[in-house]
Amino acid sequence: MAFPAAYKYTKTHEWLNIEGKTGSIGITDHAQKSLGDIVFVELPKVGAELEAGKSFGTVESVKAVSEMFSPVSGTVTAVNSDITATPEKVNADAHGAWMVKITLKDPAEANKLLSAADYEKFVAEEQH
Amino acid sequence: MSSSTEVATPRKTALNRIHREMGAKMVDFNGWDMPVEYPPFGARKSGGLVAEHLAVRNSVGIFDVSHMGDIRLHGPQALAAVQKMTMNDASHLEIGQAQYSALLYPAGTFVDDVIVHRLGERDYLLVINAGTREKDIAWVRQEAKGFDCAVEHLSDDFTQIAIQGPNGWRVLQKLTDADLTKVKFYWLTRGTVCGLPNTLIARTGYTAEDGFEIYVPTDQATSERVWMAVVAAGEEFGLLPCGLGARNTLRLEGALSLYGHEISGTITVLEAGLSRFLKLDKGDFTGRDALLKQQAEGIKRTLVGLENVDRGIPRDGYTVTDLGGASIGNVTSGSPGPFLKKNVALAYVPPKFAALGTEVAVEIRGTMVKCKVVPIPFYKRPKRST
Repeated sequence: MAFPAAYKYTKTHEWLNIEGKTGSIGITDHAQKSLGDIVFVELPKVGAELEAGKSFGTVESVKAVSEMFSPVSGTVTAVNSDITATPEKVNADAHGAWMVKITLKDPAEANKLLSAADYEKFVAEEQH
Repeated sequence: MSSSTEVATPRKTALNRIHREMGAKMVDFNGWDMPVEYPPFGARKSGGLVAEHLAVRNSVGIFDVSHMGDIRLHGPQALAAVQKMTMNDASHLEIGQAQYSALLYPAGTFVDDVIVHRLGERDYLLVINAGTREKDIAWVRQEAKGFDCAVEHLSDDFTQIAIQGPNGWRVLQKLTDADLTKVKFYWLTRGTVCGLPNTLIARTGYTAEDGFEIYVPTDQATSERVWMAVVAAGEEFGLLPCGLGARNTLRLEGALSLYGHEISGTITVLEAGLSRFLKLDKGDFTGRDALLKQQAEGIKRTLVGLENVDRGIPRDGYTVTDLGGASIGNVTSGSPGPFLKKNVALAYVPPKFAALGTEVAVEIRGTMVKCKVVPIPFYKRPKRST
């Protein structure tokens, strides 16, 4: 699975897709694979303030609970209720399954994130 | 996303190479490098914990359970030794019959739970857990002292393969001359399996489903050959290789105890709700006195089944509270049940909270999630004619 080149990535396996002042956040295909069958997703409410590097929700597979950490800071403008209702969609299409959309507090924060190529390299190294 | 790390140099079963070749995700389980699940890989179109779990409930799955241990007791006083060290009554076992039982400490708590197979006139096999192997063998040797009975540790002599699910017998029947329709649940037989004569075939398992466990030599070539033969024989039934993930959810739906969770060295048989396997009237045995005393005095905690009322997944170790928020116990095992399609948990609570329908809460990351007490097992397999 290729990691979309337009996205930015974290070492904790989230992706960020920036369109103007809005960023969508999801978990990577690598993350969904290591979690296995995803059965439960807990997300913040619209209006919540996310802080870069801090937990904003949890995703649970049958066997594990994992926190999601926000790649950047911002205010939640939309929550994907489709994903909370049918969490298995994250397994089917992790890079299309956005969890939340936020208004970026400081777009420059995204410069610290990994490119698709760097993230791919990071994942390969982590598996050693 | 936070990720976990692996422990170094765990032990390997003879099927380790095959698990890796089949694309299994491996984990350290009680010091063993074991498959947790087999995602879709190569020509295999489905996989993963949920698919594996459903394959076993609906058709058939294969598990490597070679990490389980085996202790043989044989000799003139083998039965007397088994009777002294286990809680069930082995005197009723016919040759070829098996029973669920446990090795107990004098306090009536668990050294381990075991399956006792009667192999012959004065010949018994205890199948024990992986994580308790060394402790169990030492305990059994000590308990057998004074009896005219040999104790043999055979854990490393068998590759143990479980073929589980309603079509399990059909798959195995293709590979053996033994008539499996004649073998009842919790009975065993011997037969030629994949050309291996005198192979031990037991109709047992840990999935709350019908199924078989076969015991074959541990050399890698033989173990791999048998595994691949079962996989090939199961193809027409949609057999899936299954990992420890599905093994755990299958046993949890069936409310089967797991050592270190529902049972342990600090939990008694009465608390664990396993009295139906406890035969206090069979004569003296280790743990009996303490259990008689506890039976008279009453227990302070008991195992119950919980189902969610509110959203959330109760998991192993979470705190159980009353509706006022006071801690009353803990979840021993909790998970989504893939076949039941609901979240189920086993928990210890004081008896006054054990009545069916009682509402309690489970603390999930700081939030009180309301649950109610439901009957266990959560899942019971339908009766079948084979």
